Amino acid sequence: MNITLRMAWRNLWRHKRRTWITVSAMVFSNLLLVFMISLQFGMYRMMIDNTLKAFTGHTQIQRQGYNDDPKIRTSIDDIVILADDVRDSLGSKEVAARGISFAMTSSEQRSYGLQIVGVEPEYEPNVSSLPGLVKQGRYLADMDAEEIVIGSVLARNLRVKVGDELTLLGSGREGSIAAGIVIVSGIFESGSADIDRSMAQVPLGYFQSLYNMDGAGHTIVVNTDEISRVTELQSRVAGIIPANKQLEVLNWEQLQPGLKQAIQADMASAWFMYAVLIVLVAFSVLNTQLMSVLERTREFGVMMALGVKPTRLGSLVLTETFLMSSLGLSIGIILGIALTYYLTIAGFAYPGMEEMAERFNLPARMYPSLSVLSILLGPGIIFICSLVAAIYPATRLFFLQPVIAMRAV
Amino acid sequence: MTALPIKSIFILAWRNLWRNHRRTLIMLAAITVGAWAMIFMTALMRGMVDDMLLNGIRDLPGEVQIHHPEYRDDPSINNSLGAADEQLVSVMEQPPVTAWTQRVRVPAVISSERESRGVTLIGIDPASETDVGFDAEDVKQGRFLIDADDKGIIIGAKMAERLETRLGKRIVIMSQDPDNNIADRGFRIVGIYKAKLASLEEMYVYAGIGTVQKLLKMDGQVSEIAITGDDYRKVDAWYPRIKQAAGDDKQVLPWYEADSYLGSMLAVMDGFVLVWMVVVFLAMSFGLVNTLIMAVFERVREIGLMLALGMRPATILSQILMESFLLLLIGLLIGNTLAILTIMPLQDGIDISIVAEGMEMMGTSSMLYPALKLQDVILANAVVLILGIITSVLPAWRASRYDPIEALNKN
Repeated sequence: MNITLRMAWRNLWRHKRRTWITVSAMVFSNLLLVFMISLQFGMYRMMIDNTLKAFTGHTQIQRQGYNDDPKIRTSIDDIVILADDVRDSLGSKEVAARGISFAMTSSEQRSYGLQIVGVEPEYEPNVSSLPGLVKQGRYLADMDAEEIVIGSVLARNLRVKVGDELTLLGSGREGSIAAGIVIVSGIFESGSADIDRSMAQVPLGYFQSLYNMDGAGHTIVVNTDEISRVTELQSRVAGIIPANKQLEVLNWEQLQPGLKQAIQADMASAWFMYAVLIVLVAFSVLNTQLMSVLERTREFGVMMALGVKPTRLGSLVLTETFLMSSLGLSIGIILGIALTYYLTIAGFAYPGMEEMAERFNLPARMYPSLSVLSILLGPGIIFICSLVAAIYPATRLFFLQPVIAMRAV
Repeated sequence: MTALPIKSIFILAWRNLWRNHRRTLIMLAAITVGAWAMIFMTALMRGMVDDMLLNGIRDLPGEVQIHHPEYRDDPSINNSLGAADEQLVSVMEQPPVTAWTQRVRVPAVISSERESRGVTLIGIDPASETDVGFDAEDVKQGRFLIDADDKGIIIGAKMAERLETRLGKRIVIMSQDPDNNIADRGFRIVGIYKAKLASLEEMYVYAGIGTVQKLLKMDGQVSEIAITGDDYRKVDAWYPRIKQAAGDDKQVLPWYEADSYLGSMLAVMDGFVLVWMVVVFLAMSFGLVNTLIMAVFERVREIGLMLALGMRPATILSQILMESFLLLLIGLLIGNTLAILTIMPLQDGIDISIVAEGMEMMGTSSMLYPALKLQDVILANAVVLILGIITSVLPAWRASRYDPIEALNKN
């Protein structure tokens, strides 16, 4: 064993209590950071998944300008053919075309204005969780059937049930009147009152004839199995679509900028807090190491008089810090994983959290998600900052005069 | 020897503190950072929540709302109320209620020549509305409604863009009358508003309540009565009176029940602030304990001598506690000053429009105004001082229990 390492290890235990207290500071912060960061990652992941799964999808093909200003005329011609092309080229089933418009929807007793989405009944279940959430009746089946599926809140408000008729009244693509009668084929419960209140889906073929779309639609949703590869998917899709039709491919961050920004805002405030914790730990290390250097002035003076170079003494102090931080790192990570792992199974709740969670499409119980990154990120930074904090005490050794140092009290 | 007077303890502690000024300064820095972070972060959080609540209550609107019992579940024209009767009006005219208004709020479809959208049509009484809900200052083009029978309509800037229409143009509003007949009517756009939360601009259009009632054949009925007092935190003091006056056939809800997200926000924040302070303190406390242990350790012989000369253990204890107290106090002073100094220049608001759409999901606008509250500052200082002294008791107590002979022979 290296002599510096051995000396450093022994020095560390000359003041057992002090070392343990400093290590505890690290363990405390590491534990907290592992848990918090895992929780954050788990939350973000769920927020993204739940929000995108419900409707938006990972990427969408749209006519340029539609995303900023969705107008019925900003449409994609022959959308079903294009969607088929994309499906074939990608070799993926997670592609579905949609048309989107508004209509005044009336039952016998009630009328509401709502968003009408025309979908391909065959492919929509591959890109969205809504079709699977139909609790009464069934999802759409035929591309041209005069049917509609609506959310449970809307069904309650309209006072309709499966099999009842609804009248749709809106304006078509060229300003014509769009009017039709549809049968409620299914009622879904997405868990989000907002979606359940404001959305209705009809088959795309029927949508096109209702709104006089002449084969056109508004977006093609393209999903991937792994959301982290969404940029790759985006550029692949961009290569497939015809270049001369003013189309563009948007990813979820462009489609739902609010989601991304909510995560960024949360990230920023979280990192402010982590930074405070890290700085406090660094101060703790700085104090401990400075004391341990100062109280050994005489000892260091003797060593220098015996010919030990200041660099060697400096590396001794840094090695001590390194050992101490490693101890804090490993214990902190072990405890952090234990606590977090327990909570990934048990989940945890905070009083009052439910209402907030619902707003961001989160379940009431939180489940952190452990990953190598979430485990190592916080403790790694604390480790590095501790080493940096020890630099000042270490450099003091370079200014030590052996003769004066040996006489120090 | 009798107990030392407090003044001597103070002087001893003060001098001991500066025997090792480097260590003291580092510890002071740690306490300062901790206290600053506690107060600064809390002020930002409070500012955000305040903004969220004020926006949210304006949007509801009102601190207390009266509805038909089924209206909230089924916001249809059939679930309307009669206008406020004399008894209710007399209660709503008493302080601390500052304003109240009545509105019609129904789902509708708005169409220009080119586009149509689903909206919520709100019929307002312009005279009383502005103190409770819609802010007349938000009208950026054109004018606000003049009276309840104004024939014009006010729409959001975003909505105007969506409909490809503009000030002075006509749009058609379609809704449903109580017999479920489609009622429609052309309105001229007399004003275009900009809301703090851009998504609201696409949600609401405003017209005179009289005009809307006539269009929908409502015969003087309203959808909601909204009431505002002087402080949203004190709504519990007066809302039961309103409830009583309104009668059992109506639903009367304070804001925190009308929007449970807003309601839970306050409680969650209070809890969060305390957790944050305690966590920062804990991270700090390790350093504090270490500093004291070292301060005691290097003075073992000195303490032994003092004990041998007849100083009471209690005096040793209070001397070390005093040292810790002084350290905490100075750190807090600097930390508080620093926090106030950093918050002051931010009073005009921090521009966070770069994440505006994200903040909108939470219900706050794109300017963040830190709110420094006395109670939070007191809480932060109390947490540090009280928990700090408690943590110091152990090292101090150990020092006071030394055996004089052993301590003198140490080293």
